[in-house]
Amino acid sequence: MTNREFLDETLEIKLEQPLPPFRTAFTWGMTVIAFALTGLAILPLLAILFEILRQGITHLTWETLVSLPAPVGMEDMPNGFANAIVGTLTMVGLATLLSVPFGIITGVFLSEFAKGSPFPTIIRFIIKILSSVPSVIVGVFAFGVLVLTTKQFSALAGGFALSVIMLPIVSLTTEEALKLVPKSYRLASAGLGGGRFQTTFRIVIPAALPAITTGVLLAVARAAGETAPLMFTALFSQFWQEGLFSPTPSMPVLIYTYASSPFKEQNELAWTAALVLICMVLMSNILSRLATNRRLTSR
Amino acid sequence: MTDFSRSTRSLTRPSPEIGADLTSTKTMAVLVEYGFTGLVWTFAIASATTLFWIGWIVFKDARPAIGEFGWQFFSSQQWNVPEDLYGALPYIYGTLVSSGVAILLAFPLGLAVAIVTSEDFLPLWVRSPISFMVELIASIPSVIVGLWGVFVLIPMMLPLQQWLYDNFSWFPLFKTEPFGASMLVAGVLLAVMILPTVAAISREVLLAVPRDLRSASMSLGATRWETIWRILLPTASSGIVGAVILALGRALGETMAVTMVIGNSTQISTSLLDAGYTIPAVLANEFAEAITDLHIGALMYLALILFAITLVVNAIAVLLVQLIGGRRLKH
Repeated sequence: MTNREFLDETLEIKLEQPLPPFRTAFTWGMTVIAFALTGLAILPLLAILFEILRQGITHLTWETLVSLPAPVGMEDMPNGFANAIVGTLTMVGLATLLSVPFGIITGVFLSEFAKGSPFPTIIRFIIKILSSVPSVIVGVFAFGVLVLTTKQFSALAGGFALSVIMLPIVSLTTEEALKLVPKSYRLASAGLGGGRFQTTFRIVIPAALPAITTGVLLAVARAAGETAPLMFTALFSQFWQEGLFSPTPSMPVLIYTYASSPFKEQNELAWTAALVLICMVLMSNILSRLATNRRLTSR
Repeated sequence: MTDFSRSTRSLTRPSPEIGADLTSTKTMAVLVEYGFTGLVWTFAIASATTLFWIGWIVFKDARPAIGEFGWQFFSSQQWNVPEDLYGALPYIYGTLVSSGVAILLAFPLGLAVAIVTSEDFLPLWVRSPISFMVELIASIPSVIVGLWGVFVLIPMMLPLQQWLYDNFSWFPLFKTEPFGASMLVAGVLLAVMILPTVAAISREVLLAVPRDLRSASMSLGATRWETIWRILLPTASSGIVGAVILALGRALGETMAVTMVIGNSTQISTSLLDAGYTIPAVLANEFAEAITDLHIGALMYLALILFAITLVVNAIAVLLVQLIGGRRLKH
């Protein structure tokens, strides 16, 4: 058989024949499975949101937002969780005050300083690990640092715990934000005689400010929903907080306490509190995500 | 000639008219510069030190229990608060098993989401909302997921658990009669919570696979799914493993949702339909009421174990994912 004949023979295979049935079935089968599993994955989110809306909206009135929790069994008193809202705002505010300066400056370090040396890589690695430390461990840590030493559950300890949770989020998102500032800005600033301090504070940070703000918002949203670090640092209370050095109620702990309560009206209030909390959290989350329109690493 | 050199000299030398010496190094600006650099280094190192500070505080407060129980803590099943006898085995077992169930459930789901949202099955305006919604699950506070678990998931899963018991009770995993809260429910709830981690990172890794590989496979006549199975997934495998390990780290430390649905019982049972207990759950339940040094110490010891496990798991995951990122840059 000459070469030519061999070629002619091989060319007789029909190249346009349809896929064998098995391969067609495999393609369609896998597509169906993948779509079914994706549908299954979205289901819980919809179920959770639907249930919170359905159960929470019935008791959501102005009174629940502005009054204290009523003692169990008192039907005629206004029942609400205003103290928990105030407590959450206090502690998240405290945590923001503590973590934002450290977080932003650490972010500046990661993106602007010590280029070419191993330090930023090492510190970035440690911060990433810090961001994945379980929140309950952070609570235990804050307990050891502030509650054991002061012998007092306090808003301060709660805020401290939340700030440890926020710190890595703020640092890493700040770094991402600063990296997006074009290098030419820095070169232009340096060319005009700007030092590091001037370049960072007058050029780089202002240019990245929107992205940094969304990072801070994400961290606030995360901190507002944390329960475990608050349960044994800030504890809980049925009354208004008395300053920063006493047990302080918060929304997540209130939801946990009321969800495991045997009383039906407390269970109902847990759903309403969940609705309020999730509105606060999802709003800042969606807003910040839409603003940057790019996924920031949030854990 | 002389005119030229004079004019050049007047350019390089500070002249009285400009009134500023551009070569000066003794101004406030330089001090600010040094101060700022020092400040940034200090703050960055302080932030990083937090991790070690956490480890030190937990270790320091765990010392009474470490001295008292030593390595026996890991194998003892006792947890007797009035007599100050503590052992960690049921908690370690429960933590590992519930996380294991969660990974087994979340892995196929997360991978499916990652494939659907990274391939072009659907137009972009359908794909991006899907990945957005899946990632939104991660931002729901875990106590709210737990609330949903208690009042919706447990009643919903009771018939399923009963059915598993009725039909498969010969199988060790389903050999006990279900009563609602169980290891299985906790695993399902955890799977919901770690799904976004698996999906988001796997998706990014899949998107980072070079297009040439896909084109080459397609041009050799492979169908889309053959390309996915034989080319994309093997190429992305280390990143996907990283995603799963990162999700495992989340599952191990997840507290509130698990505490609310796992049933909090210190038995060790092979059955997934039985109640269990995890390290984070016992910390959440007992920490605020712990009074004796040994009780606090035992809880701190548990926290130290959890801290060590998650540290190792997360370090591996971060390194794996970083490796992928580094390789992507080189391509």
